[in-house]
Amino acid sequence: MEFSTQELIPVLPEITLLVMASVVLLVDLFAPGKERVGTYTTSMLALALTALVSVYSYQGEQLVFAGHHQSDGLSLVLKLAMVIAVAVVFLYGRGYLAVRGLLNGEFFTLSLFGLLGMMIIASAGSLLSLYLGLETLSLSLYALVGFDRRSVASSEAAIKYFILGALASGVLLYGISILYGVTGTIQTAAMQMEIQAVLTSAGQYQMLLGLGVVFVVVGAAFKLGAAPFHMWLPDIYEGSPTAVTNYLGTASKLAAIALVLRLFADVLQPLIHQWQPMLMLLAVASLAVGNIIAIAQTNFKRMLAYSAISHMGFVLLGVLVGTGAGYSASLFYMITYAITGLAAFGLIMLLSRLGFEAENLVDFKGLAQRSPLMGLVVLLVMFSMAGVPPTVGFFAKLAVIDAVIEQGFAWIAVVAVLFSVIGAFYYLRVVKLVFFDGVEDPSPLVSSWDERFVLVLNGLFVLVLGLFPGKLLEICNQVFTGL
Amino acid sequence: MDSLIEIFLGMWQWLPVAAQTVLVILAQIIAITIPLMLGVAYFTYAERRVIGSMQVRIGPNRVGYFGLLQPIADGVKLFFKEIVVPVKANPLLFYLAPVLTIAPALAAWAVVPFQPGWVVADINLGLLYVLAITSMGVYGVIIAGWASNSRYAFLGAMRSAAQIISYEIAMGFALISVLVAAGSINLTDIVMAQQGSAAHWFVLPLLPIFVVYFISAVAETNRAPFDVAEGESEIVAGFHVEYSGMTFAVFFLAEYANMILICTLTSLLFLGGWLSPFEGIPGLEALFSWVPGIVWLFTKILMMGFMYLWFRATFPRYRYDQIMRLGWKVFIPITIVWLVLVAAAVVAELPWWFD
Amino acid sequence: MLTEKILFYVFAAILIFAASMVVTVRHSVRAALFLVLAFFTAAGLWLMLHAEFLAIVLVLVYVGAVMVLFLFVVMSVDLDQGRLREGFGRHMPVGLLVAGVVIAEMVSILSIDQLAIVAPESATVAVNNVEAVGQLLYRQYIYPVEIASVILLVGIIAAISMTLRGRRQSRYIAPAEQLAANKRDRLRVVDLREPASTDSSAESKGDDN
Repeated sequence: MEFSTQELIPVLPEITLLVMASVVLLVDLFAPGKERVGTYTTSMLALALTALVSVYSYQGEQLVFAGHHQSDGLSLVLKLAMVIAVAVVFLYGRGYLAVRGLLNGEFFTLSLFGLLGMMIIASAGSLLSLYLGLETLSLSLYALVGFDRRSVASSEAAIKYFILGALASGVLLYGISILYGVTGTIQTAAMQMEIQAVLTSAGQYQMLLGLGVVFVVVGAAFKLGAAPFHMWLPDIYEGSPTAVTNYLGTASKLAAIALVLRLFADVLQPLIHQWQPMLMLLAVASLAVGNIIAIAQTNFKRMLAYSAISHMGFVLLGVLVGTGAGYSASLFYMITYAITGLAAFGLIMLLSRLGFEAENLVDFKGLAQRSPLMGLVVLLVMFSMAGVPPTVGFFAKLAVIDAVIEQGFAWIAVVAVLFSVIGAFYYLRVVKLVFFDGVEDPSPLVSSWDERFVLVLNGLFVLVLGLFPGKLLEICNQVFTGL
Repeated sequence: MDSLIEIFLGMWQWLPVAAQTVLVILAQIIAITIPLMLGVAYFTYAERRVIGSMQVRIGPNRVGYFGLLQPIADGVKLFFKEIVVPVKANPLLFYLAPVLTIAPALAAWAVVPFQPGWVVADINLGLLYVLAITSMGVYGVIIAGWASNSRYAFLGAMRSAAQIISYEIAMGFALISVLVAAGSINLTDIVMAQQGSAAHWFVLPLLPIFVVYFISAVAETNRAPFDVAEGESEIVAGFHVEYSGMTFAVFFLAEYANMILICTLTSLLFLGGWLSPFEGIPGLEALFSWVPGIVWLFTKILMMGFMYLWFRATFPRYRYDQIMRLGWKVFIPITIVWLVLVAAAVVAELPWWFD
Repeated sequence: MLTEKILFYVFAAILIFAASMVVTVRHSVRAALFLVLAFFTAAGLWLMLHAEFLAIVLVLVYVGAVMVLFLFVVMSVDLDQGRLREGFGRHMPVGLLVAGVVIAEMVSILSIDQLAIVAPESATVAVNNVEAVGQLLYRQYIYPVEIASVILLVGIIAAISMTLRGRRQSRYIAPAEQLAANKRDRLRVVDLREPASTDSSAESKGDDN
């Protein structure tokens, strides 16, 4: 196999990001300072460049590097979404971290390397690069979660995340190795064909494939944070600095959907009869656990964690359908969830100040009186998460349920709607606190204009996407028309 | 006489093939080990004499002519000394430690060529094998320090472990430069790649690597000025403070065997091994062509061995943090940069080392 | 052939013995040493399959470097074995139950014909071993290899950012922090005309909601 420089073109986004992340590492070394202006600017530049390169280097579906790297519509859409999400995370996080003296260069470099891992997952053409991308991301995340060394909660969260994450990686890798053992190949396309061959031949390895699928499903569910493998999520959301929670709750979720789609839509598609019931169980459990336990939370970050679990349930619903419509519904759901989540965590950071974390629900009391715009953002975000019509959350849920019903899983749709109604309670409670309760903490809100601007924009985006969801839906559909 | 040889040959052929192989291997092992042990013994003698002259004193001169029997006397003395096992020490590991130290120091010789074809096992991965085997020597030190159940020994072991690990990285990178330059991991091939003239030896194109390698090697063998693991002024004698008699002697043997090994490797990798220094020089090449290669190799080994002693007599001991800084912040960057340069030179086929 | 078989069984027996000692032996240093033995014998088994490069790298990397650092840590840390084993008896029935169920499941799925164990073939590479591995790694698997190197870089950054605490010698003051100090943050004006206790209790009640 001779190497040609043409092969580098589809990998250009990753190469750009890697080079720029290394530049950020050096810039941070030579341009310190509390505000980290140089580091911040370079990081933003890195993201902008990566996004541009992703768009302009895209040449349709391509498999390069002996099939280890795959660029297609899915990878392009996900990469762009990830880059934008990380940019917004930086924007919200910078002021928040700077005030607390936590704004190290490592926040930016590790986030960028994590993003690189996500992009590798998004365009993984083999289970090997998929796993390695996942490890790149996870390793960055472990360090990010624990990077507030003065905080015991942060360190505890990092240790928990590390141990459970490493276990999950091990389980996933075990599953992958079984699949590799049976099929004798690691590239996704070839593996899918081999699996089909095993299934059609009066297979002696079918049970073994099943075992592999079980491990892969468990590992993926761990990474996705779906019940009953969700135990790590609330503690880690609560313990890590909110800027990191933002990264964890939005950008890395996009990586999770990439992982799930690459695994189930690409490799394991022929084994759908084996993983469909498992995902069904996971989805229903996530919906139940997420929505019901969230009601009991008084901490906003914990509440968002449980809400994330329930949203993962919805995403899994779309995946388990196993059709192009289902996958694109899941993709749409995850992207819009990421947008909404960015605004939600952004709110916490903008409402906080030195020595005060606006992470308890009571801190939101009477917010509409203190700042009507912020109140509006809360309203939009909560409506979107609950799935109230004019916002984008509604269309996301609709698309998923539509796909589910289409395949004849009406009872699951009913369950999903039921739990969504239960979930609406705690989202609307936040709205009630913001608009109908008296102000408890009259201190003025301090935040820079760009953060406020982007937050309002972010909130309005949730609404605008809800009013005009057609374009994004169309893009998500196009990604899977090949299937 | 002839009949005696005939009887012997007859007996040999009568033996089964498996036994023949085993016997040949045993003979080879003995052929390397016995001279090595003698070398070690007289290396200690040389050390005392050389350092003695450097410090303007005489050194051992009582036992035998010029004190030549001194190492034998020392050996006999150590052999008859009592071995004391400290209370609460772990006896199994305590006895295992010296063995684990000397075994790698001897096993590494299996792939060392002395002349074309004069090698026990001419394996493809010669250099990697040496690196892997010598990297296990640290276990002897660690286990000795831990099993002794003594603070001094333990401190010495910890220092030694950290130091050896740190310098092994620089040493590994240095060796990678050599094998990139030579295009092979086989030790014979590496020597053959330096053929041509003394200017073809790798010591010239890889001069910084040669310096880094030899200094790292001194650190690896825990010799002065990097002997903080023994550091008699701070932690008495470091990891072997509790060892006496033959157990101590084994540590001692291993240390010197390792030194000779390092000198041999340096000669092979950088100084053209058994190649004559007069190669390629019109008149001298013919004049010295009768000298067997092994003599040149031994000369080079002796020169490098002398460097060891010279260092010991010249430099004061490093402070511990300075050792770490030197290893991590100076040597590793140098070797990495030079590795990139060497790789570029090999790709560009730069004359006349890499063409 | 016979000697190879004997060697294999000797190595395999030592490997299994060492591996089981790693998990059963009480003292962590001894466990680590048994792990070293396990690695070493595993390298021996690979050597018998003519995978010399892998065998030597296993010794070089795991035995020569990783385990030394591991031992370094294990020896330095004084692990309280008693505390680690606390609750062992209490959790044992559940653990045994789970283990039993898992074993039963595995056995039911992995019947012998499912596994179809075949003896591994020894490497039959015409060129030398290093070259074969190098060709694979740097041609077919170059992309994963590069990603792996990125992982190592991330590991370095993460480890340093977690442990580097800067220089602690100078006890300096940060002027920016002092300037940022606010009267409101430092001073609490208490109204003495009303009892302060009702105020604070109301606050804590608010927290509970």
